[in-house]
Amino acid sequence: MNRREFNRLLTAGAIAGILPKTSLAFSSIQPNYELPQKGNARLLHITDCHAQLNPIYFREPNVNIGLHEALGKTPHIVGEAFLKKNALSQNSIEAHAFTYLNFNAGAKEFGKVGGFAHLSTLIKSLRSSAGGNENSLLLDGGDTWQGSATAYWSRGKDMVQAANLLGVDVMTGHWEFTYKDEEVFSNIDDFNGEFLAQNIKLTEDALFEGKRAHDEDSGHVFMPYSIKEINGHRVAIIGQAFPYTPVANPKRFIPDWSFGIQNQELQELVDEIKENEKPSAVILLSHNGMDVDLKLASVVTGIDFILGGHTHDGVPRPVTVKNSSGKTVVTNAGSNGKFVGVLDLNIQNGVVKGYEYRLLPVFSNFIKADAEMAALIESIRKPHLDTLSEELAVSESLLYRRGNFNGTFDQLICDALRHELNAEISLSPGFRWGTTVLPGQAITFEHVMDQTCITYPETYARDMQGKEIKAILEDVADNLFHPDPFYQQGGDMVRVGGMNYTCEPTAATGQRITNMTLDNGKSIEANKYYKVAGWATVGSKAHGKPIWEVVSRYLRDQKTINITTINSPKLKNLGSNLGNIIL
Amino acid sequence: MAISRRKFLNMLTVGSTACLALMTPITSWAAWASDAFNAEKPEDAYKSLFGSNELIESDEVKLKVPKIAENGGAVPVSVKTDMKNVESISIFVKDNPQPLTATFQIPVGTIADISTRIRLAQTSTVTAVIKADGNLYSKSQEVKVTIGGCGG
Repeated sequence: MNRREFNRLLTAGAIAGILPKTSLAFSSIQPNYELPQKGNARLLHITDCHAQLNPIYFREPNVNIGLHEALGKTPHIVGEAFLKKNALSQNSIEAHAFTYLNFNAGAKEFGKVGGFAHLSTLIKSLRSSAGGNENSLLLDGGDTWQGSATAYWSRGKDMVQAANLLGVDVMTGHWEFTYKDEEVFSNIDDFNGEFLAQNIKLTEDALFEGKRAHDEDSGHVFMPYSIKEINGHRVAIIGQAFPYTPVANPKRFIPDWSFGIQNQELQELVDEIKENEKPSAVILLSHNGMDVDLKLASVVTGIDFILGGHTHDGVPRPVTVKNSSGKTVVTNAGSNGKFVGVLDLNIQNGVVKGYEYRLLPVFSNFIKADAEMAALIESIRKPHLDTLSEELAVSESLLYRRGNFNGTFDQLICDALRHELNAEISLSPGFRWGTTVLPGQAITFEHVMDQTCITYPETYARDMQGKEIKAILEDVADNLFHPDPFYQQGGDMVRVGGMNYTCEPTAATGQRITNMTLDNGKSIEANKYYKVAGWATVGSKAHGKPIWEVVSRYLRDQKTINITTINSPKLKNLGSNLGNIIL
Repeated sequence: MAISRRKFLNMLTVGSTACLALMTPITSWAAWASDAFNAEKPEDAYKSLFGSNELIESDEVKLKVPKIAENGGAVPVSVKTDMKNVESISIFVKDNPQPLTATFQIPVGTIADISTRIRLAQTSTVTAVIKADGNLYSKSQEVKVTIGGCGG
């Protein structure tokens, strides 16, 4: 079978696997999780689960703007255009998994997604249909130890236990590094798999002081790569941690480590591995974000597949990128335990002859929970159940975060900050994690923790000049909209409360933000001071109460939440953009 | 490798005290370079340091510097090349108050490979200039200094 035939099978298989034939009533639809192995080596990929041990709701974005090279291309396509591009039908179970369309109805019909007990059953089944653990590999792209209350309270340890039981063979990281370096090492020591990162090195000072390193000569803090034998084939897995961790998150927790994309080193490493290890395939397990991975695939040669995460893009069809000596296939496997990527390789005579890739949405109602994992999750949660299940308020609105600008849950956080800290303006970080609450559902303390639990949760309220606020907005906008993906950090725009502005994504650095006004319509003046409340400062530690206390107090007080106004910016000169649907 | 990197670094510190005595005084050289170090525009600094501002962009100049600085106060930068007859390697930060940040004289027979840390006042283009065979070869890259935060 040649590669083209194999690829054609992929498309056919993917559609036959899950897609309903017609737009019948929702309930006749059953996802198909029986996937016989194609080829002879199966790689399973999960990423960015953000410590969601139990099934959750997660709404995909309606704004995910792509510019320049990324204009109108995967992953910057949302809604109907996404369905069209990926040949998915309206109201299908896949349409619900991959888009925001009719979210409330779909969520009611198909139920929650993810959950480690369900993931466990699915992964066991996928590994067994590939002939067992010797013929398959489970890769985790990271952001596993952060995102839930129990992960925060156990400093990521609960997730190490869960990942061990799930059978994760290899992982890399990002939010893992928001614990202190000694906690990271302690967790890695407990982890049964391998933790890889080619792009984290000790600083020269730390090397001099004899700080812990995988390799003192190269300075690598962690193993850069590993050779795995799958069904007798040697496959090289290289780890790529989130390159901008010490910029996007506090450097104070990991003062001895230096990151960066390190594409030149990566090229040297790939060449060295090919020369010395003679692998049949080279895989990059990446936490770069999809746009960075797409560019990386064009400048680094010799990588067969980049299995990517960070930007939380659920990408059903991988993107093939040409470079000077061949091709690299780039994937991204969504977030929150919602998807499992299945990459079947057909390796013949030491070369990848073909492949088949499917991104399976994990619908918990259609998968039996694994008893052993369910028991572990129960034991992790039991001491905290009363705290987690406290119902703080009832939401009349759909509450979500994901999207380039304010989601409704962000607006709730911004409103709470302003109200509780008595500020005119509030700022909240543009994270891409955070679970969704349906209209009519109670907002529990656990939901609040899902949206806020980080290791630097302290709030602040201080006077800032209008020009300082503009500088912050400009800085974050450049991280999102810089024309060169290597300068993007893969988060979304900082969320604002109490103010509005106009954003021109295609404008030059420092010139994207204009028309800043307060909610009452008055202009925000450059030299005037405004009281601003916020949280998640990356520089020095703030001194206020943790954000979840502020939001919980607000919710208990309000009792009912109905988000009617969202402080999302007016967008200028964007034209028609397949990544932007205004609701 | 018989000797670990850490031991090697330790030996270097011990060794460097001995090296001090061998270093040639640089006062006379600093006198003529001070105009270049005080220049407020890259073009003036080139002119003053090299007597010319005709730079030839070249991929032979291997400049390695982060795209986004982890700490604008100490940005690691290294410059190397396989070109022959290298006389000097210099580093310029376009938007610093004084763009010329460092210049290294490369004696005949020395491997042209330097690394240092530079301070960036703000996001700027960093340019490495290698003088070889009387020509000026350069490579530039933008280095972003950001407030940070808000990552995925």
